[in-house]
Amino acid sequence: MRRPLLPVLGRLWLALILVFLYAPIMVMAAMSFNASPFYQLPFSFSTRWYAEMAGNPQIITAALRSVSIALVVTLIATALGTAASIALFRYDFRGKKVLQLLLFPPIAIPWLITGTAMLIFFFAIGLGRGTPAVIIGHVALALPYVIVTVTARLSSFDITLEEAARSMGAGGWTVLRRVTLPWIAPGMVAGALFAFAVSFDQFVVSYFLSQPGDSTLPVLIYTAIRKGFTPEINAISTIIITVSMAIMFIATRYSRFGGER
Amino acid sequence: MAEITATGDRRRLIAMLSPAYLWLTVAVFLPLSAMLFFSVLTALPQDGPDWSLTLQNYRLFLTDPVYATLLWKSLQLGLTVTVICILIGYPCALVLARTIRGRARETLFLLVILPFWSNSLVRIFSWAIVLRGNGVLELGLNAVLPFDVSLNLMFTTHAVVIGLVHSYLPYVILTSYLALQAIDDDIIDAARSIGAGTLTILWRLLLPLSLPGLLAGAVLVFVPVVGSFMEPRILGGRMGTYYGTVIEDQFVAVYNWPLGAALSFILLAVVLLILTLTSPILRKARL
Repeated sequence: MRRPLLPVLGRLWLALILVFLYAPIMVMAAMSFNASPFYQLPFSFSTRWYAEMAGNPQIITAALRSVSIALVVTLIATALGTAASIALFRYDFRGKKVLQLLLFPPIAIPWLITGTAMLIFFFAIGLGRGTPAVIIGHVALALPYVIVTVTARLSSFDITLEEAARSMGAGGWTVLRRVTLPWIAPGMVAGALFAFAVSFDQFVVSYFLSQPGDSTLPVLIYTAIRKGFTPEINAISTIIITVSMAIMFIATRYSRFGGER
Repeated sequence: MAEITATGDRRRLIAMLSPAYLWLTVAVFLPLSAMLFFSVLTALPQDGPDWSLTLQNYRLFLTDPVYATLLWKSLQLGLTVTVICILIGYPCALVLARTIRGRARETLFLLVILPFWSNSLVRIFSWAIVLRGNGVLELGLNAVLPFDVSLNLMFTTHAVVIGLVHSYLPYVILTSYLALQAIDDDIIDAARSIGAGTLTILWRLLLPLSLPGLLAGAVLVFVPVVGSFMEPRILGGRMGTYYGTVIEDQFVAVYNWPLGAALSFILLAVVLLILTLTSPILRKARL
C-alpha cells in the first residue's frame, strides 16, 4: 500500500508545534542550571542560582504567601462552588439559565478589566489593596472553574440514588455526606486543583490588588523582569512551571475537562 | 431533577447557591458597575470631597487620537495573533483528532494543553531568554548556519506576537480538537465511498462541521489578546505600548484612576460587543 503523504506531514507539524510550545520552557530551565550570570554559553552545570534563590528572603516570603493564598482560595472556592453545583444540578427553577450564564464573565472578560475594576471598588468600600483583596479576587476567578468541573462530574450522577436514600429515612446531611459527595469527589478534587492553579498562577489580578512590598510570586517575578532579571528568577520560574504543570497533569486525570471521551 | 415545590427545598436552594453568587457579585459584578461610575468622575471620592460628575474622560478618548489609535493597534494585534493561531493550530487539531488514535492521542493532546494551564507570566519570561540579543536562539542559529545572523527580535512587535501566539495557541487547538473529534466517522467513510478525495473531505466536510469550534477558539484568543499588557511590556519594550499598557499606566504609574476606568470601560464595551455578536457561535460550539 502507498504510504499517504498527508498523515506524515501532519505528524511532523504536530511535532513542530510541541517543540514550539516546550522549547522556550526547556531553555529557561536549562539556563537556571547554567553557571554564567549573563546566560553565556558554553553551558556549565551549577546549582548556584537555586542556592541563591533559597537564600533570598524576598523570594521565599513571596512563595510562601502565594502558596498560602492559593490554599485559602482552594478551600473557599471548592466549598462554595460544590454547593452551587449541587443546587444547580438538583433543582429546576426560574432564572437558572441566567445563573449559569453569570459564570461566564469572570472567565471571558480580560483580567485587566476585572482587576482594575476590583481595585477601584475595593478602594471605594475601604478594603484597599492587600492579601484579603487578593483572596477575594482569586476566589471569584476560581469559582466558575470549580462549578464547571463539579457539574461535569455530576452529569453522570443518578439523582434517584438521593431519592432512594431519602426514602429509606436518610436526612439531608446524611444523603449529601454518604451518597452525593462520595460520587462527585473526583470532580471536587479536580475542581480544587484547578482553583489552586488559577490562584497560584494568577498574575494580572494579583498585580493590581497586592500591596507593594507584600506581593505574590508572579508579581515579584514581573517586577524583577522589568528591573533586569538574574538567573535566580529562572530558578524560581522553573520551579513554578514544574509545580503548575504537575498540578494540571493530575487535575486532568481526575476530570474530563480535557475533553477525552 | 426536581421542580421546586416545598419551602424547605427553596430554603436549601438559596442556602447552597447564595454564597457563590454573592461572592461573584461582590468581587466581579459590583466592581464592574463601580467602574462605570468612577469613569464619569473628575477625581476619586476617597481623595477629597471636591469631586463631580463629568464626561471629560470619554471626551478625551474621542478627541485625543492617542487612545483610539492604541485601541486600534491592540485590535490589529488581536487579529494578527488570532489568524496565526488558527493557521498553525487548526492543522494540529486536525492531525490529533483524525490521524492519531488511541493512547498516543490522549498523551499528545495532554502535552499540547498542559502549557496552557501553566503560568503564563513564566512562559512569556522564557521567551525573553530565548529571544534576547545574544540569546539562545541567535547563538543556536549561528552555530548551525554558515553565516552570522543577528536576529535582535527582543523588544519588537514580532517578539510580542510570538509570545502571545505561544500563550494562546492551545485555546484554538483545544476547541477545534473537541469539534473535530465529535464528527462521526461514518460520514467520512460515506464521503470516501462515493469517491471524495482527502482535500474534498477536509474542505467540504471537516472544516464546515468543525467551524463553530474553530471560531469559538478564535474568540477566546482574540478577546484576551486585545486586553493584554504584560506580554507587550516584557517582550515589546519601547515598541510594546498598547491599549492595555496605557490602562495599566493609569493605575500603577500615572494614578489617573477615572481615566483608567473610562479606558477600561471602553475596552469592556468592545469585548462585550464581540462576545454578544459571537455568542450564537459560542453556544453552538457547546464549550
